[in-house]
This record gives sequence, structure tokens and C-alpha cells, in this order.
Amino acid sequence: MSEQPEPIKKVSLIVSKGSLVDVYPALVMGNGARMEGMEASIFFTFFGLGALIKKTQNSLKVSTVGNPAMNMAMPMLKMPITMPFPTLLGAIPGVSNFATWMMKNEMENLDIPTVPEFLEMFTDAGGEVFACKLAMDMFKLTREDLCDQVSSVLTVGEFYEKSAGASIIFT
Amino acid sequence: MTTKDLAGASIEVDGEGYLVDHKVWNRDIATAIAKEEGIDPLTDRHLEVIEFMRKEFDEKGAAPSIRRLNKLNVVPTKELYSLFPGGPAKKAAKIGGLGKPQGCI
Repeated sequence: MSEQPEPIKKVSLIVSKGSLVDVYPALVMGNGARMEGMEASIFFTFFGLGALIKKTQNSLKVSTVGNPAMNMAMPMLKMPITMPFPTLLGAIPGVSNFATWMMKNEMENLDIPTVPEFLEMFTDAGGEVFACKLAMDMFKLTREDLCDQVSSVLTVGEFYEKSAGASIIFT
Repeated sequence: MTTKDLAGASIEVDGEGYLVDHKVWNRDIATAIAKEEGIDPLTDRHLEVIEFMRKEFDEKGAAPSIRRLNKLNVVPTKELYSLFPGGPAKKAAKIGGLGKPQGCI
């Protein structure tokens, strides 16, 4: 008889980047943790803060440059998954907007909420959303710039205090 | 597959205790599963949510997501979590005699 491993009880996710595909994994994982009955929080820092700013959270973009795995998105255009997508093409004006539009459509079809709705769903589920104080100072942001779902602005130390007993996941 | 004694009947369940056939479900079975899941009593409000989920399952072949339950004004997400603490989608599906939810959201 092998011993059952201890189930995870609490997760703290960290988001430090602000493209659409950087933000979603943490939202899915955090919300999924709540669905499993775990405690969950998401700490947004540096460019990740864009997901919390009222003026920007609805317009996060998919980056189409510097991603050698862009071929993964080709099936959305009914093209083979092996078809390369050179980063220079991704730099053409409008391509990132188009990719973002396409990705958002695909997500809506899969019943994945938009970023603001996802944050609302996550907090309604009992998850906590934190913003990084240092990054806020750097980007000249105040609490008023952030959406209502943010429960507090934390220093790194406070984040670790709140994460006591948690698995910390840097997405 | 194993069978389990629920509300005085022998019911077929899978390895995690979800009913194999959702058609054998009734309110007494729901109450018995709910008790095992720590939900006691199972109120009319619980049953309202569960019966809506069962109806959608019959029509669409899958239980509605938490988001859908919220959007259709069946039950707000906050309330759903307080009705079924510790995993609302799974618990409601289990008590409702439906299979384990397959969605990630």
C-alpha cells in the first residue's frame, strides 16, 4: 500500500506579464483551484497589472512576435499546425489585433470569460486578487486605477505572509 | 463499477461515487449523497440548482458550467459556492446524479 500524497489546500499564483496569453493561465488555474475547494489567490505584478487596470483590462493583446510556437494557432485559420509563422509577419501592424480577435472568439466558443468577467467570477468564487505595490509605484498607479476585484495592494513581504501554507506558482 | 447502498436501494456508481446512470436518480438518493458530501439538509434551493443542471444535461448531454448557471440567473456564483462548499460544480453534479464535470472552467 502506497501512502496517499497530501492534497493541495492552497495556491498562490503570480502573474508578471501582461499579454492575453500570459494572464489567462493564472485565471484558469486560480479559478480551477477554487472549483476544487482549495484556497486561491492571484498576485499581479509588473506588466501583469494591466489585467487589473480598469482602462486596459479589456484590451489585453496576444503578442505575435518572438513566439516560435505561433504555428500552434494555425488550426484556428484552418491551416496545418506545422505551418511556421515568422516573427517578422507578426510585426506587421494589425496582426496582433487580428490574432487577439481570433483568440477571443475561440475562447468565447469554449465558454471562457473575458478578463474582467473572469476576475469577477474568481472573486465571487472566493478567490483573492492582489496587486503589487512596487509595480504600482513604478507605473504611477493608484488604487483608483484598479478594478473593484482587487482586495489589496501588497508588498512582497505581505504577499508571502498571505501565502503561508500555499503552493506558490509563477505563471 | 461498484454498487452502493443509497436511500435503501443498490445503485451503480463509478470509482469516485458518481452515479453511472443519471436516470435512476431521485430526491432520496440526492439527500443520501449530499449527506456524505457534508451537505445536510439538502434544501429546496439546492434542488432547484440540481434540477436545472439535470434538465440541461438531458437536453445537451453536459451539465452547465458555473459561468452558465450565473449567466442564466439560475444561481449567482457566490451563492453556488456557499450552497456547495468545497467544489460546487463537482458536488452539485454528484448529488444530482450526473457524471464528474469535464470542463476546466
